[in-house]
Amino acid sequence: MSLLRTPLFELHRRLGARLVPFAGFEMPVQYAGILAEHAAVRSAAGLFDVSHMGQLHLRGPGAVAALERLVSCPVASLKPGRVRYGLLCNEAGGIVDDVTVYRLAGDAFMLCVNAANVEKDWRWVVRHAGDGVSAADRSAETALLALQGPAAAAVLAPLCDVEPAGVRRFAFVEGRVAGRPALVSRTGYTGSDGFELYLDAGAGETVFEALLEAGRPHGLVPAGLGARDTLRLEAALPLYGHELDDTTSPLEAGLERFVKRGAGGFLGAEAIERRAAAGHPRALAGFVLDGRGVARAGHAILHEGRPVGRVTSGAPSPTLGKPIGLGYVPPALATPGTLVEIGIRDRGVPARIVRTPFLSS
Amino acid sequence: MADYEIPADLRYTREDEWARVEGERVTIGVTDYAQQQLGDIVNVELPAVGTAVERGEPFGVIESVKAVSDLYAPVTGEVVEANADLANHPEHVNEDCYGDGWMLSIRVADAAEIETLISAAEYRRHVEDRSTE
Repeated sequence: MSLLRTPLFELHRRLGARLVPFAGFEMPVQYAGILAEHAAVRSAAGLFDVSHMGQLHLRGPGAVAALERLVSCPVASLKPGRVRYGLLCNEAGGIVDDVTVYRLAGDAFMLCVNAANVEKDWRWVVRHAGDGVSAADRSAETALLALQGPAAAAVLAPLCDVEPAGVRRFAFVEGRVAGRPALVSRTGYTGSDGFELYLDAGAGETVFEALLEAGRPHGLVPAGLGARDTLRLEAALPLYGHELDDTTSPLEAGLERFVKRGAGGFLGAEAIERRAAAGHPRALAGFVLDGRGVARAGHAILHEGRPVGRVTSGAPSPTLGKPIGLGYVPPALATPGTLVEIGIRDRGVPARIVRTPFLSS
Repeated sequence: MADYEIPADLRYTREDEWARVEGERVTIGVTDYAQQQLGDIVNVELPAVGTAVERGEPFGVIESVKAVSDLYAPVTGEVVEANADLANHPEHVNEDCYGDGWMLSIRVADAAEIETLISAAEYRRHVEDRSTE
């Protein structure tokens, strides 16, 4: 199967990006280097093309009821202009995908979903939406840029017809960026302040270039998926396919604050409650490596010499200067301070369970 | 197209290692092409002095932010020196792969094996073949 390309593909090539396959797309993993791009986002700003992600639109008189049934977070109480993180769950209480829910208007919503899951999510949403909802997959016609870092608002302000600093976290406004219609959302996946800009596919390249130009004096650099991964890991934000999958309960993954409890009513709610009542066999925990090496997804987590779990994500943390990771362990061992080892090749490397996120922002 | 430094006075392997031959002593490391492909190096694990290494077999690992790769011995012999600085400064491989980023010195068991290493010109063709796909 040939790889898909985002509307910015040729621009990435001109910028000297290294392109790799990711979720069916040919995506920039880095430009100058992952560590430099990571540092730029923490200290100034980085600009990511995340147009591979999917956008599913739902509208109509039945949209609120449909989304209350489809996602784990409350939807009726979400105000227009606000965003919530939530989960699509299956009947067994596993996670179909993790998504952000945008309330565009009273009965109009957008779900931003993972690239690898667009088709699965689309089928799931269509199957369960019910009456009074029209759904559209606008993934291919949407470009999505993530402008992330403490300088993001300052970079965006002169190009934007709304005041970015006035947009609250998890809120969005519709305006123009570099003259192009844009949904400007104060959200991101890095653990730093920033914005995500939803654009018409044809505007992606123009806006990316205008931002790079305007941002250069602020230290803005183009950043790839490599830095996006180390940044989200420092913030302990889960990645579908690593921390989350069709068998994971949101509660095992530590996502209880995004799950409406008691009221029930969303798909998977009963199974989630049942699994919680029975006791989860595992819990997601963060760890810091105290020895040499880098923990990677798939490595064993050992306690007192016995395997007790698996690493789901691991990388050197450029900000902490130490390797960090996430993985599932029995709940009793998920307490900060617990000493474990990570099985890296033929060695058990000492590690400590720590509180997450790894960085206090 | 990226430009890769490939010094003419060194020998190479198709696994992207360089070798500086001084009599029966061969100093090795990874090439500029390799370090550019790997990206930021964050960990290098090398064998201790006295370890026997075998041509074509892994002797250590090199890790970038994203990936782990084996390092393959270009010749059979005994490690007579290992670059201990790389434990704390793996970035030397990125900054100076033919200098401070060197990895091992090996006393070769069989000098004839050195002739199996390819020339700079041949290595450049090998790199270009892979870069033009």
